Amino acid sequence: MSEGKPRTLFDKIWDSHVVETLPDGTCVLYIDRHLVHEVTSPQAFEGLRLAGRPVRRPDATLAVVDHNIPTTDRRAGIAEDESRIQCETLEQNVAAFGVPYIPVLDDRQGIVHIVGPELGFSLPGMTIVCGDSHTSTHGALGALAFGIGTSEVEHVLATQTLLQKPAKNMLIRVDGQVGPGVTAKDIALAIIGKIGTAGGTGSVMEYAGEAITALDMAGRLTLCNMSIEAGARAGLIAPDEKTYAYIEGRHFAPKGADFDAAVAYWRTLPTDSGAHYDITVELDAASIAPMVTWGTNPEAVLPVTGIVPNPADLADPSARVSMQRMLDYMDLKPGQKLTDIPIDVVFIGSCTNARIEDIRAAADVAKGRKVASGVQALVVPGSGLVKKQAEAEGLDQILLDAGFEWREPGCSMCLAMNPDRLKPGQRSASTSNRNFEGRQGPGGRTHLVSPAMAAAAAVTGYFTDVRELA
Amino acid sequence: MTPFTTLTGIAAPYPRANIDTDLIIPARFLKTIKRTGLGKFLFDPVRYRPDGSEEPDFVLNREPYRRAEMIIAHENFGCGSSREHAPWALADFGIRCVIAPSFADIFFNNSMKNGILPIRLPREICDALMGDAAMGGNARISVDLARQVVIRPNGEEIHFEVDPLRKRLLLEGLDDIGQTLQHEASIGTYETKQKAAQAWLPSISI
Ligand code: SF4
Repeated sequence: MSEGKPRTLFDKIWDSHVVETLPDGTCVLYIDRHLVHEVTSPQAFEGLRLAGRPVRRPDATLAVVDHNIPTTDRRAGIAEDESRIQCETLEQNVAAFGVPYIPVLDDRQGIVHIVGPELGFSLPGMTIVCGDSHTSTHGALGALAFGIGTSEVEHVLATQTLLQKPAKNMLIRVDGQVGPGVTAKDIALAIIGKIGTAGGTGSVMEYAGEAITALDMAGRLTLCNMSIEAGARAGLIAPDEKTYAYIEGRHFAPKGADFDAAVAYWRTLPTDSGAHYDITVELDAASIAPMVTWGTNPEAVLPVTGIVPNPADLADPSARVSMQRMLDYMDLKPGQKLTDIPIDVVFIGSCTNARIEDIRAAADVAKGRKVASGVQALVVPGSGLVKKQAEAEGLDQILLDAGFEWREPGCSMCLAMNPDRLKPGQRSASTSNRNFEGRQGPGGRTHLVSPAMAAAAAVTGYFTDVRELA
Repeated sequence: MTPFTTLTGIAAPYPRANIDTDLIIPARFLKTIKRTGLGKFLFDPVRYRPDGSEEPDFVLNREPYRRAEMIIAHENFGCGSSREHAPWALADFGIRCVIAPSFADIFFNNSMKNGILPIRLPREICDALMGDAAMGGNARISVDLARQVVIRPNGEEIHFEVDPLRKRLLLEGLDDIGQTLQHEASIGTYETKQKAAQAWLPSISI
């Protein structure tokens, strides 16, 4: 790629991180920041140990436990053996290799993708990786952030680089303004509904347009988080004044004159006019409604005003079979109104929607109402700092008064590696990102929604159009 | 890494799209700190009944597919999480090759780093291979990585694309780190330059 040509945000970050290009076009790509958690790292550290290799840049690495930990009182430790061993293994590894680590009882502990942006660890223009597909979240800051497997975790620990080929540039433009009650989560689901769960395969998606610029940082993080659900390698949003204001003063962020120098650099990052995108997708923000998934992948999604689709309406026989399988698993009937589906559990949490803004949105709906009888509603803040902030604002009390449970931070029922999980046959309204079969526990049925929609479902017991809950 | 050169074996037809990583191996089996021993959890949600007994209809519970070394599936195989436990579980079961019209990016990468060859072929060809695979033990499918061909039981050869670097690493059974460390000097140079150009870049300590 020549320097003179107009370049996209992705091109610029990519170009500035290429250490070397190998003869077949594979690049040795430098990695600025590496986040590590307990589930995908033990085998990587074991690999280093076997090969006698050190961690090349502990000062660019940050470890935290999030997936396995209980969300109830944690001072007593983790009861379940395998989960405890995995967390202890991380603690031994970070100690042995000198990797900075946020312990479980530290206020800064939380879900890895909440923690990175919140602490100013993730910054614009950086390459950021983690052994976790939702690393795409950090792209909201204008960073190239993507998930990697454990072999690659080991590779980054050992070399601070990855062997990669450039991705395609994909532009998702959302023009116009969203209506009331429509959030970043709904935009994300609408995009996936439109392009499908493989729509972004091989691409890095840049989100642009009026509706994207209008999002606050929390919304941008939610949107980029879901990029992987559209199959994209990463999601990106150009940094702007909101980004810089968000970063300023955060724990690891540059300070004073360094901050100004950083901002001067960050201002050079947005896509040049006339830069080429391989694929462009356009959406009209005004046409997006609060969304609810009805199937077992995130593209099986409809506006809350919709009805469960009918496999008989599909021409392609294999699509018909796959839709029927989803309906059977979800125990839904064609033609059923989404607002007639009763729920058992509400989960407000995950790296998609557990920032302070999400908790505020949920508390707004919950205020002065009660969780419907027979419904269990969990609120799991994304980090200890989110939890503290929410408590300072009295949101915990509003939620508790309404009958929600207020938990300690972690991944929790997003993937059910800790004790928070659906029982077989239970149906959830969840603010997480994946509704795959069994994701929230074997036999569990997951519907993805925004935090406000989840809270609305909690208080009525059914999926409810939050716009009508005046 | 176990090298991948040629493979001739039984292929299991699994005609399903969007086979996600939670289906390949659910999160509750990710609590291991080892790479091995995950084969028994492969496809757990569809392979076993709630009481733990085998689901007799599931392809890998049927003869001869219990000994399958390949899987043939539909679009977007391996979508979802970055868990390398998915290829580890496949490899531990004995699967060395997955053929599908498309794969999720991270799964695709992860497989090759574990000696599993993911092959992208058009849907019609996957369906034809699935027909072959359905003939069971009488129909061996072969893969020759050096020549980049899949060989059907009737002898027909189907060409597939593979990244040249990945091909070499797979053929020789080399891992990426050794490859990259040949460029260690350039990495050092890059770091020095970056430090000078971006003196504001914070270093992390807790
Ligand atoms: S909250 Fe869910 S999606 Fe996010 S990192 Fe944790 S398990 Fe993964």
